[in-house]
Parts: sequence; structure tokens; C-alpha cells
Amino acid sequence: MADVPGVSGNDEAEPATSMAGSRRRGQVLPIVVFAALALVPFAAALGGGDFVLALVTRTMILAIAAMSLDLLIGCGAMISFGHAAYIGLGAYSAGILSSHGIDDAFVQLAAALASAGLFALATGAISLRTRGVYFIMITLAFGQMLYFLFTSLAAYGGDDGLSLASRSTIVGWRLLESDLALYYLVFAVLGGLYLALRALIASRFGRVLRGIRENPVRMQAIGFSPYRYQLTAYVIAGLIAAVAGWLLANQSGFVSPAYVGWQRSGDLIFMVVLGGLGSLSGAIIGAAAFTLVAEFLSGLTEYWGMIFGPLLILVVLFARGGLAGLFRSGS
Amino acid sequence: MTLTLALVQILNGLQFGLILFLIAAGLTIVFGVMDFINLAHGVQYMVGAYLAAAFTALTGSFVLALALALPSALIFGLVLELLVFRHLYERDHLSHVLATFGVIIFLNQAVKLVFGAAPLSVPVPELLSGTVTLAPGMLYPVYRLVVIGAGLAVALLLYLTVNHTRLGMLVRAGASNAPMVSALGVNIRLLFTVVFGVGAMLAGFAGAMVAPILSVEPGMGDNVLILAFVVIVIGGIGSIRGAFVAALLIGLVDTLGRFFAPTLLRALLDPASASQTGRAIAPMLIYILMAAVLFFRPTGLFPAKH
Repeated sequence: MADVPGVSGNDEAEPATSMAGSRRRGQVLPIVVFAALALVPFAAALGGGDFVLALVTRTMILAIAAMSLDLLIGCGAMISFGHAAYIGLGAYSAGILSSHGIDDAFVQLAAALASAGLFALATGAISLRTRGVYFIMITLAFGQMLYFLFTSLAAYGGDDGLSLASRSTIVGWRLLESDLALYYLVFAVLGGLYLALRALIASRFGRVLRGIRENPVRMQAIGFSPYRYQLTAYVIAGLIAAVAGWLLANQSGFVSPAYVGWQRSGDLIFMVVLGGLGSLSGAIIGAAAFTLVAEFLSGLTEYWGMIFGPLLILVVLFARGGLAGLFRSGS
Repeated sequence: MTLTLALVQILNGLQFGLILFLIAAGLTIVFGVMDFINLAHGVQYMVGAYLAAAFTALTGSFVLALALALPSALIFGLVLELLVFRHLYERDHLSHVLATFGVIIFLNQAVKLVFGAAPLSVPVPELLSGTVTLAPGMLYPVYRLVVIGAGLAVALLLYLTVNHTRLGMLVRAGASNAPMVSALGVNIRLLFTVVFGVGAMLAGFAGAMVAPILSVEPGMGDNVLILAFVVIVIGGIGSIRGAFVAALLIGLVDTLGRFFAPTLLRALLDPASASQTGRAIAPMLIYILMAAVLFFRPTGLFPAKH
């Protein structure tokens, strides 16, 4: 897809081209980010308390979803505008099963992964037949399709959404009722998926994906099928976002069609771009900056969107390379 | 009785489809000529509706309000182009999507601040408020017929302008090769601005026309925008003819689907689950239709020739 120039900055993902020095610099940022996140509960215990813990938990969950979207946009140049759909599938797997008395985390996660995997496979197979702006719009439409499906589920709250009676249990154990336990579960999932995605992007698979981003015809000529690689990445991203959705339902104790609306998908794209395309730690920073700024502004005024909207435009116009680019600018 | 009901639904679908066409036409020309994805096109429709509501309250006459709303929508579109969009033409699609997303967030809140969050209602103009008998036992509101007529008239006007005027020729030429048109001495910037303003005015016109039949509220453009995207993707991006056919198709499928899906399903399921499933499937029909069309024709029904 030739219409996404300027997505070449891969601080973690281009070992072949980066020098040892900038590579070391690329390692510093994620280490700082994860060390800070590990210490948040201690800081929260000193002041701020439950609110800070909940806010950072939610931020990390969104960061998981943003990382998975970065695999698509940053690495594969597939601008999916329906990524919130997978958060919705994960969240509703928790909500619907919980309303039938099935609280086991593994059953819920299996349902989340199965539904998200199938949805990604089916819609990805159709969406990837198209290119460029058609891809943006068709993923948007599939996201909306799911949105309308959830609003019409009258048995599960319809428009109003559905409250979870309790958080998921782990083989009958009510571990996640503790906010601190949930925090560290989300932290562990974020860390694990960060390392897994980093390995994936650096692997042969990731290199093929980036090759397709640069020149699909050439990759096809040397024997790779772009469609199969892109579809695989699309399904992987969907699965990861579904895990984020399941965590989100547990954290907020609530699922609603609002999780799936196209504005949510827009938020996710913004997080990825704000952090810096093609940088996983950038996606985490982008998600954090997004939630913190939104939280701060909404505390300031009811009409915070009037500040947030122009801020978004200014970021697009002037901050190319995103926040992660600032850390890299010295190299 | 059922036949009359079906006819009324077909007319409703036609009216909805024509409104969609007015919105999709501007969206598809802007994309076809400038390669610019404008997510904020839906808020231009919302602004049109609010302008109509505000001017109706001010002047007491809907017709007068419409006459004021049209140039205001045009100016509004030009201001947006000047302030934001003009700086984005050279950028990639991702930047278009994000920056216009910012415009949506801003304007939805701005409208809430100025007019309040509660929906406004605009009275149907007295002259057009009655119903007519189209067939024995079949009454239809005059105003909806007027919307259908106005939609068809604008479609015809647009067709004539694009195919038989110099401006239309430049628009068509710009859509197939903008740099070449520019090299021939046409001020392409000015052309872009004009096209943009006209697109905004068409969306504003659609918003103003539906103000008396829908509630005017913040965010009303968001869902319509998605539908307009579905229309131009099915029709083929940049093709006005495609937008026209696809808009009517979507309008009819959506309206008739919502109406008949529960009835049809009743033949297969018990009444309760039929109406439940019907309500769930009906809003998804158009997306299923889009997926089907794109599966067989990945560039839409009438792809613009390049």
C-alpha cells in the first residue's frame, strides 16, 4: 500500500539496519516504561489510591490494544478502522458468559479468542481483497456491523450495556477481585505481549510483513503470498485486542456497545500515531498520553472535546513521528 | 393493505436513499478529485441541520431558513477547508483520517456548547405539513414527497453540472489527473476549494432538509457518515453515478429490511424470536450487502476510470 509513506521508523524491529548505539537507546525507553509501571501501585498506595490504580490499569489495557493495532498499521500498513470490534468481542465474551453464571477466566478467554479469531478471519479475508482507502472503509463498516449487533442484543442490555456480577474467577479462585492482583495481571499480560510482538516483528514473519508494506509486488515475485501473511497478522492483532477487551470488562465491571463504536477505533489509531508508528513502546506511550490527557481535560471542563479535537489536529500536522520519535531524535 | 404498506416503505426508503446521496455525492467528489478522506463530512450534515433549526427559530419561516442555511453551510465548509483541510492534501490517508476525526470531536462538542445537548425539533412548514392520498387508502406526508423531489432535482442538477459544464469538465479532469489539469493552467487550488465548498453545501442541504423529520442533535452526523462511506464504497469511489445507485440501494435495503426482516423470519421462527432476530439482523443488512459487493467487485459497482 503506497499511500502510507513515512512509516519506516522501527526502533525495536530493525536490528539489521540500526547501529549498536541507537539499538541500545531503543532498549532504554521500554525498560523505563515498564519499571515505572511496576512501581505505580506503590506510588498509588502513598497517594491517589484506587483512582490512580484503576486509571493506570485501564491505560495498560488500552496499550495492549494499541500495540496490536500497531502490528497492523505500523508494521503492515493495514489501516484498520474497526479494531475496537475485537475489544468488544473480548468484553462481551466476559459479559455474556458471566450473565449465564460462567465466571471462569479460561472459558471466557477461550470464547473471546474463538469469536475474535473467527471474526478476524472472515472479515479480514474480505477486507484484504481491497486496498488503501477501501480497506479503511470496509474495516470501519465491519466494526459498525458488530456495533449494531451488540446494540440489538436486548437480552444482554442492548444499548445500555451489561453489568458484570463479579470479576472472572481462575479455576474457582476469586483472585481478580483484588484491584492490585488485576493490576499485576494486566501488567504481566502487557509485558508478555510486548515481548512476544517484539519477537514476532523481528522474526522472518515480521520482516516479510514489512517487505509487503514497502513493496507487495516484489514480495510476491520472490515467492511470498502477501494475502496470507497479512491475513495472519490481521488475525493475530484481533486475538490480542480481544484479550484487552476481556481485561477491560473485568476492570470496569461493565460492557457496552460504546466499546465498539467507530469513535473507539479512531481513538486507538490516534494512540498508535501519537506514540509513533511502528514502535511498540510508542504505542504504550501513546495510549498513556491519550488517556491521561483525556482524563485531565475531562476533569477540567465538560466540553473537553473542544480542546482535545484541535489538539489532535495539531499533533497530526506538526508532530510527525509521534512521541517515541522525540526519544529517538538524537540518533 | 400490505401492498400499500410496502409502497409507503419503498417511498420512505427512496427518501432516505436520496438524503444519503446528497451526503455521499460531496464525499465522493472530494475523494475523487483531491484523494482526501473527510471524516468530518458527517458533521457538515449536522451543521446544516442546526443552521436550519437556528434560522427557523430566528425567522419563523423554514423556507427562509433554508435559503440562509445553504450559503452559511457553504461558507462553513470553505472556512474548514482554509483552516484545516488545505494543509492535509499532500499528506497520507492516515493523517486525513486522524485530523478530520479531530474536527468531528471538536464540532460535536461545540454544537453541544452552543445549542445544548437536548435534541431540537424543527416544525414541518405549514404549507407542506399535510398528507396526500397517493392511492385509495394510502396516505403519505407531503413533506417527505418534497424531500424526494428536492433530492431528485439536486441529483439532476449535479448530473448536468458535472457532465455538461466547464466546471464539471474540470472536476472530471481533476478526478482522473489533477497534476495534468494544473499543468494546463487551471488553478487547481481554487478548483479544490470550490469542490469542497459545494460538497459541504450538499451535506448541509441534506441536514437542513431532514431537520423537520428527524431530531437535530449532537453527533447526528456520525452514523450518517458511516452510511455515506458504505454508499461510496459500494458505488465505486469518485463515481457520482455509483453513489446515486448505491444510495438508493442502501436506502431501500435498510428501510425495507427493518420493516420486513421480522415478518419474513416469522415464517421460519416463532414470533418472539423472529422479531428479536429480525431487529438484530436488519441494521447489519447493508454491511452484509457491502461485503458481498466488495467480495465480487473490490473497487465497487462503478469504479472511476483512471
